[in-house]
Amino acid sequence: MSRNPYVRPISKTTWYLRNGRFRIYALREVTCLLVGFYSFLSIFALRALWQGADSWNAFLASQQSTPMVLFHAFALVYFFIYQTVGWFQLAPKAMPLMMGEKKVAASTIVLGHYLVWALVSLFLLWFVGVI
Amino acid sequence: MAIAKKALVWGLFAAGGTVSSFLFPFLIALFLLVALGATPEGLQYETIRGFASSWLGKLTVFGVLFLSLWHAAHRLRVVCHDFGIRADGAVAVIVYSLATVGTLLAAWYLLAIS
Repeated sequence: MSRNPYVRPISKTTWYLRNGRFRIYALREVTCLLVGFYSFLSIFALRALWQGADSWNAFLASQQSTPMVLFHAFALVYFFIYQTVGWFQLAPKAMPLMMGEKKVAASTIVLGHYLVWALVSLFLLWFVGVI
Repeated sequence: MAIAKKALVWGLFAAGGTVSSFLFPFLIALFLLVALGATPEGLQYETIRGFASSWLGKLTVFGVLFLSLWHAAHRLRVVCHDFGIRADGAVAVIVYSLATVGTLLAAWYLLAIS
């Protein structure tokens, strides 16, 4: 073995820009910022709810703005593509399922996740009175 | 001990990832409707307070927020490392502290809503 091996220089801060797979990985991982943002926004909403009707209505009114509409619309699409789809694609790898001696096909597991997601979302939309 | 800690962090990360994958598109859609001024019936004060007063409502909201916060915290810790911030100890303290504060605030407000 060489005493002084050559180490290919790799940037610690921009390495994921070199390759499409790495880029998708980075785009997927940063969805955690959206999870954190919406969790804290929900906690802020809980605070307004706890303070009473006036605070709650003021909170709802404070959320109405064009920039927030654009942000939420972007977040919805981005989150669905990189978190929900990404997570469902990983599900059969993280939790391979056996039916007796046979392995359940990966596509079946992924499809099952989308089906449950659609049913849960439809139920929740009905529950809050949107549909 | 190290293995036990890792299992706990990973368990919360995986549970939070699953919960947020299923429920956050709906949650973001709700905020989108509110931003558009089309607040759904279920978010009117009396209705949402009624839901948050029930134990089922409190436990559901707390469970979703708790798991999502810890999922985001753990992933953000790894993202910091990936983006070149190698002070993992400090990053871990910050992100897990934020998740703890969020968890406690969520619990506090939910318990206080009657």
